[in-house]
Amino acid sequence: MSATATAPDGAARARSARTRQGLLSLVTWALSLAFFLPIAWMVLTSFHSESDAATNPPSLAASLTLDGYRDFFGADGGASPWPSLLNSLVASGGSTLLVLVLALPAAYALSIRRVEKWTDVLFFFLSTKMLPVVAGLLPVYLFARDAGLLDNIWVLVLLYTSMNLPIAVWMMQSFLAEVPVAVIEAAQIDGARLPTVLSRVVAPIAAPGIAATSLICFIFSWNEMLFARVLTGVTAQTAPVMLTTFITSQGLFLAKVCAASLMISLPVLAAGFAAQDKLVQGLSLGAVK
Amino acid sequence: MSALTNTPAPAAVAGPPAPEASARQRRLRAWATRAPLLPALIFMIVITQLPFVATVFISFMDWNALYPDARHFAGFENYREVLSDEALRRSVLTTVLLTVTVVLVSLVLGLVLALLLNRRFPGRGLARTLLIAPFLLVPVAAALLWKHVLFNPEYGLLNGLLNWVFGDGAAQPQWVTDHPLPAVEAALIWQWTPFMMLILLAGLQSMSAEQIEAARIDGAGNWQIFRHLTLPHLRRYLELGTLLGSVYIVQNFDAVFTITSGGLDTANLPYTVYQTFYQAHENGLASAAGVLVVIGSLILATFALRVVSSLFREEVAR
Repeated sequence: MSATATAPDGAARARSARTRQGLLSLVTWALSLAFFLPIAWMVLTSFHSESDAATNPPSLAASLTLDGYRDFFGADGGASPWPSLLNSLVASGGSTLLVLVLALPAAYALSIRRVEKWTDVLFFFLSTKMLPVVAGLLPVYLFARDAGLLDNIWVLVLLYTSMNLPIAVWMMQSFLAEVPVAVIEAAQIDGARLPTVLSRVVAPIAAPGIAATSLICFIFSWNEMLFARVLTGVTAQTAPVMLTTFITSQGLFLAKVCAASLMISLPVLAAGFAAQDKLVQGLSLGAVK
Repeated sequence: MSALTNTPAPAAVAGPPAPEASARQRRLRAWATRAPLLPALIFMIVITQLPFVATVFISFMDWNALYPDARHFAGFENYREVLSDEALRRSVLTTVLLTVTVVLVSLVLGLVLALLLNRRFPGRGLARTLLIAPFLLVPVAAALLWKHVLFNPEYGLLNGLLNWVFGDGAAQPQWVTDHPLPAVEAALIWQWTPFMMLILLAGLQSMSAEQIEAARIDGAGNWQIFRHLTLPHLRRYLELGTLLGSVYIVQNFDAVFTITSGGLDTANLPYTVYQTFYQAHENGLASAAGVLVVIGSLILATFALRVVSSLFREEVAR
């Protein structure tokens, strides 16, 4: 320590900086874990028996069981969740496909071969996203009722498509715009025709973005509950609507609630983590990269 | 009919052929450029704009779905009723309170988390993933989690923890009944903080490291760098988070529906509109309330669109 005259001061400062960094990392970890705690608790509770799930203070070390999940899948003669899950899959998957079919050409006309006033068109799409859905709910309901389309999953497919189309157009527009014009022109000079240019040049560059866009559209459709609740009843009920049956307490049912919530959130969690890097871009409607 | 279809043809022949043909060709090419856009555009107009026009139309009618024969034009009667109805006015206040609280608190928390995550430390990727998870629960599932698993006064985790830490005789509050609106807000803040964090983290990562390095060499402290470099750079991202968060949370239905079912003064506008037409069958009133929600959102949206467009122009110019 006393060997060098100037070092102690610098070394002490470096040490205190390192301590501070370490403390900050600790705080970050504490906060992250605090945010995750409810989910961790939900996972644990879903594996407890109903009586162990409803103790106060909580029983951490109670034995684990799959009863909550068996219950969710209808082991006790309850309703099977599969029809609802299948409906959600049709509504989310179908609308995502339709979104792709409509958004890809539109994005092409807004990025690679641009129509005049393309920014105005983009902002029209965005402005529809700002209209509260609840304002159109009644006419849509009346129309579906008079057309005999209540409790029909395809109505949801159309509505979810309109809900996600603006996001998809914005995102894909920005992904396609990243394809360098020079590359496209070079391919055209080499005699490639439009389909070839699209499949061989544009698609490989834009593919990751298109995949992320699809995942985000899927998440939003899977999560939707208001339209699904108003427009579906028995046969077309979606998974989030099925979850609403848990809103009023039914005796000891915590493990079942947790198991059901987790199972129904699983597709969203998977899609969300898969699209993690592009998630911000989708949520901010393409404004942030 | 035939006269109409016949006339343009001779005119085309009679005119000077070269410029006419090229004008037509140009028009054709313009339509060929527009063609890929049209399906999406028409789809959006039909599915989102027409229902809204219908809502405006219905809002001027006295129309209870249970008495369809008594339907008649009512002028501004519905609007007068909506604006003078105590419950509806309260739901406007609730909507504002809910939105402002959730957006501001999650924005501040999101900023803190984004700043903390924008450093190198062991396990950073995992911490980020854990933080995003609340946003990736189905909203109804998240609301159920808070309502039953955390808030339940007898065996919820919150009271369980209180019991654990303070032993017997610890306070065991009735979270939802005693503080209904904060209970809904807590659940929403928990879900929306990751959203704010993600946007702000993207903003932080787009800052140039050299600029910060230069400021540090010039002797600027951490606080000065944050105050004079980071915050100004983040301003637009903060605005974007605020506005997008507001647009989404003004429309929130799931949390209110699940946690309190609109009771205990927590009914916000979307819930009230839903209830007015779904349970009270008052189509005219519900539509008038819906139109008012739209006007409110349009004010928000104008600002939101302005921020998005300024970020967008920067992006295009780059």
